[in-house]
Parts: sequence; C-alpha cells; structure tokens
Amino acid sequence: MFQFLLKRFGVLIPTFLGVTILTFVFVHLIPGDPVLIMAGERGLSPERHAELMAQLGLDKPLYQQYFNYLIGIFHGDLGVSFKSQIPVWEEFVPRFKATFELGMSAMVFAVFFGIPIGVLAAVKRGSIFDHTAISLSLTGYSMPIFWWGMMLVMLVSVHLNLTPVSGRVSDMLFLDDSNPLTGFMLIDTLFWGEEGDFIDAVQHLILPSIVLGTIPLAVIVRMTRSAMLEVLNEDYIRTARAKGVSRWRIIMVHALRNAMIPVVTIIGLQVGSMLAGAILTETVFSWPGIGRWLIDSLQRRDYPVVQSGVLIVATLIILVNLVIDMLYGIINPRIRHKK
Amino acid sequence: MALLEVKELAVQFGEFKAVDRISYQVEQGQVVGIVGESGSGKSVSSLAIMGLIDFPGKVTANALHFDGHDLKTISEKARRRIVGADVAMIFQDPMTSLNPCFTVGYQIMEAIKIHHGGSKKQRRERAIKLLNCVGIPDPANRLNVYPHQLSGGMSQRVMIAIAIACNPKLLIADEPTTALDVTIQGQIIELLLDLQKKDNMALVLITHDLALVAEAAHKIIVMYAGQIVEIGDAEVIFKSPLHPYTQALLNSLPEFTQDKQRLASLSGVVPGKYDRPHGCLLNPRCPYADKQCKTVEPILHARSENRQVKCHYPLSPEGNPSYE
Repeated sequence: MFQFLLKRFGVLIPTFLGVTILTFVFVHLIPGDPVLIMAGERGLSPERHAELMAQLGLDKPLYQQYFNYLIGIFHGDLGVSFKSQIPVWEEFVPRFKATFELGMSAMVFAVFFGIPIGVLAAVKRGSIFDHTAISLSLTGYSMPIFWWGMMLVMLVSVHLNLTPVSGRVSDMLFLDDSNPLTGFMLIDTLFWGEEGDFIDAVQHLILPSIVLGTIPLAVIVRMTRSAMLEVLNEDYIRTARAKGVSRWRIIMVHALRNAMIPVVTIIGLQVGSMLAGAILTETVFSWPGIGRWLIDSLQRRDYPVVQSGVLIVATLIILVNLVIDMLYGIINPRIRHKK
Repeated sequence: MALLEVKELAVQFGEFKAVDRISYQVEQGQVVGIVGESGSGKSVSSLAIMGLIDFPGKVTANALHFDGHDLKTISEKARRRIVGADVAMIFQDPMTSLNPCFTVGYQIMEAIKIHHGGSKKQRRERAIKLLNCVGIPDPANRLNVYPHQLSGGMSQRVMIAIAIACNPKLLIADEPTTALDVTIQGQIIELLLDLQKKDNMALVLITHDLALVAEAAHKIIVMYAGQIVEIGDAEVIFKSPLHPYTQALLNSLPEFTQDKQRLASLSGVVPGKYDRPHGCLLNPRCPYADKQCKTVEPILHARSENRQVKCHYPLSPEGNPSYE
C-alpha cells in the first residue's frame, strides 16, 4: 500500500508541473491587457501604464514571470488577485466550499438515484422501465446544462413557485459571524441559523444539484446497468443460485459488489467533468462558487487567480482519482493483492 | 422409490430442443455417469433439474420428482430450500464459479447460513471441517483467502466444500475436471467418490470423458443431441455397447488406439438448431445407417433389465449392427 501511494505521488509531481506550464501559457496567450481592462473606458497614460505593469511584475520576460510564479507556489504563495488585492488562496477557500457543497449534493443525487435505477433496469431488462431509463438517461446526457437549468428554473421556480431562483440562501438570511461558521450553508444554517434557515438552504440547493447531477446520473445509470448485466451472466451468479441464495440477495450482494468496480471508476471521472459543469450551473443559478469566480477572473485577465485557481482544481481532481484508486482495493480484492 | 425421477424432461430455447424428452432415475447412493459430446444436452438437463434455466429457456416434463418433492409444481421459495441443501451442483470452471469479491469462508458459510442457520461460530467450525474434508491444508487460515489466490484444483475443492456443506442427498458434478490438469483430475474424482461413499450420497457425474466414469459409475447414460441413446450398467456398456454412438465414443478413447496412427473419431458434429436430420439424429454420422434410419426415428426401448437403447439396429456383442 505504501509503495502504491508513493508511486501515485510520483506521478503527481510531473502532472502538477505540466498543469502550471499549460495554464500559464494559455492564460498569457489570450489577447488582452489586465491593466487596460482595470482602467476601463477612461484609459490611462503610457507612463502610468508602464508603472502599473512593473508593479504587477508583467514587464519582465515571460519565462521569468513563469519562474517567479513557480517559486511562489513552492513557497506556498499562489499570488494575489489583481482586482481585489486579496491572496488567491483566501479567495479560493470560501468559493470552493460553495462549489463543494453543490457538487457533493449533486453527486449524492446522482448516486442515490443512479445506482438503484441502473440495477433495476438490468434486472428488468427489456421491460418498459428499462427502455424508459435508458432513453431518459441518453436525453439527460445530451442535454445542454445551461438550457436544462433555465428550463427547470422557468418551470419549478417561476411557474410553480416551489424553489428559489438563485443564490445559496435568501437575502434576508443572517448568520452571526461570531459563531464558528464552516462556510457550508447546510451545516451553518443547521447549527447556528434560525428556524427555517436550514430548509431555506436546502431549497436553494435542490435545483442546482439536479442540474449539475443530471449528466453523472445518466452516466451512472447506464454504467450500472451494463455492469450488472455482465455480472449477472457470470458463473459465480449461477453458483450462488445453485446454493439456494434468494434472488434479492444475489442481486444486492453477489452481483452489485462486482458491478460496483466500473461504476466507481466512472463516478471518479465524473468529479472532473462536474467541475466543468459547475461553471455553467453556477452561472445559471448565481452560485458563488469557483466556476463563476474563474470565469469572472478570466474575463478580467486576472492572471494569478486563473493560473492558481486552475492549478488547485487540477490538483483536486488528481487527488480524487487517487482516492478512487484506493477505493478499488477495498471493493476488489484482486487489485489489493496484486504485487 | 428412486431419489430422482425424471420423465420426458425437455428444455427448449425457442425452436431448438436442447434436451429432448429424456427419462432416467437415480437411486440413493448411486453413481450415474452422463456422457456425450459437447452440445448433447448433458449440462442443460441438470441445470433444468436445479431450476437454473432462465427465460427464454422452457422446461417441460411429465414428472420431475426429487426425494418426494415434485420439482415441477413446487414454488420458487420451496425450491430454494431444496436446491443447495438436498441437491447440490458443482460446475465446469472452478476459477470463475467462485465470487471474486468474497472470501472462501464467506462463500462456504453463506450456504450453511441459508439452509442450516446456527451461530457464526458454529458455521465457522463447520466450514473449517468442510475444508479439511475436501483436502485443503491449513483450513482455518484458508477461510480468509480470496478465490484468485487459489489454484484451479483448490478452487474446485472449495466448490465441492460448498456443495456438500448441507449434506446433500444428490450431488450433480457438471464436468468437474474438464478445466483442470490431468494430475488434478484424478484427485478430484477420487475426492468426489470418497465423499459419495462416506455419506451414501447419490452422484451424477456429467462428462465427455468415458474413461473417467468407466470405473466410478454404476450406471451410464449416453446422450446425443439432447436425447438419451443408451442406458446401461457401466461394466456391460463398456464391454458391449448397443448403440453405434456409444461404440464410437469408446473407439475414440486413446486406450483403444494402440498400434494405430490416428485416434478413431466420428466425423461431423452434433446437429444444432438448423441442421437436425430426419429420422435418427445420428444418421448422418452413423456408419451403419440405412434408409429406415433416415426416415423413422427409433424409440428408446428396453433390451434387458437396466438396459435401454435408441437404435433400429442395436449392435451385437461383436460390434456389428443387427439388420433383420
């Protein structure tokens, strides 16, 4: 296990360096001058422009800028936002909590519904339920997120008036700063909010979670279904039946455990694409998360924010996949014992 | 009354008859060998007895009695109480027949738990005893081992341990040694026969290897294309086969091929869904077939006590067809 982890972390370092180079190069390839964008329509004199460029360190050659950036990272300094003058890490943390909360509840939604639906579709193969599940998941998978989000808002929030339109909590909601707030609305409102605040936070979370969870849901349904179909044909399922094991137990214990191996892989991969989906979902629902933060910073050519933001996100995805790899060992004894 | 009585059992997949109206009996403590080429319906007929044929397969029978239970009309729940307890089965490929996600101990104890219950400690002790019984060294530690850590022979021993966990009255072994090394094959058969003798259990040994059942079985059932073509006591059938197919199977054994360049073989293959011939199903491959064989299907008829054959011209003791 230790060797396995060591190997994994060995891969992490080159990946990490690669990400820094890519984000740095791409951000600087985008035309546009952060100083001019900050100045806005008023414009500014060439002298003042040069002075600001020097102040931000943008007058140096690109390779030098890159090395300064890299050295900063290794000192734990991710840079300071051009716009807010706040260190990137400090800007990142609260926004990440918002995204994390949204992503987790979207994933819970996808897994909670996806696996049972997939199992049922496989068990009742060829039935109306199976066909419905398959075609709906294809529809869900091919639906543009922003369109789906807006349609849901129109229907559920505007016409039926069931959930709020946007944001994490209602504007009127007030949480006292003197409490040890975690930044996760569900937790904060539950422990320190007034009566009804928690419900309010949940209501705000429902629609964005459904929107963000739709694609993972569709993928999990299909993957679970096909994995189950494959496993149910295996010899060991026949053995279990010959032992007199009940049908329910065969499906839930003997088959599902084996079918979970590819499904867990897919869930891990979905975490990455969910961050992409979060950008659109957060835009539609005005969710103050990293998706919106990165898009806004990119439009302002806020180089440090974009570079470091992408770097953190990439590192997170790598770490998630590392956790998934370790999960395999728990699910599948064959991987655990491989030397 | 016989322990297992099968009458006119048929299994159909759509139009294709995988098993075609077979009837036989297995007595308490009897060893029955079912032999035939691949595709002759040996496995499917036993799966049907176990109730393991899934849609679209269709099982019909005039009678399907096991130990006083009518397996035809029994409810799914009542069948599960019998299957795995009173009648158990082991399969061809032991490496894929064990669930890779669970330990050997778990899989043995599951069978005990379902049928006998008992405390966890009792089940564990029973599992250790079973592993000991099937000749696995260091059984207490082997309980925590996963199937991929076992060899093929060891896996088959575990499968046998699972099958005999609840002291079955009938054990069906579906080609138990086909996937194993020759050296292991003998050991596994020996183990099965030992267990059979010890508990006076009935054993149905399905195989395409006549030599394997030659010494072990009391009764031999020869199947071809889903039908029974010959039934007889083991010694008699080997000395003087009545059916040309049985004769061909015996001739193809390496033991009969001394001083010859090639192994004798029957040309052609078992007919499938689209090439079932008229008359006797063996007629395209039978060296003795005449006009009658190509038009009229012979019936399985008794020649003497315990001896039945499905042929128009059963062979004489010298091995020649008895044309009238």
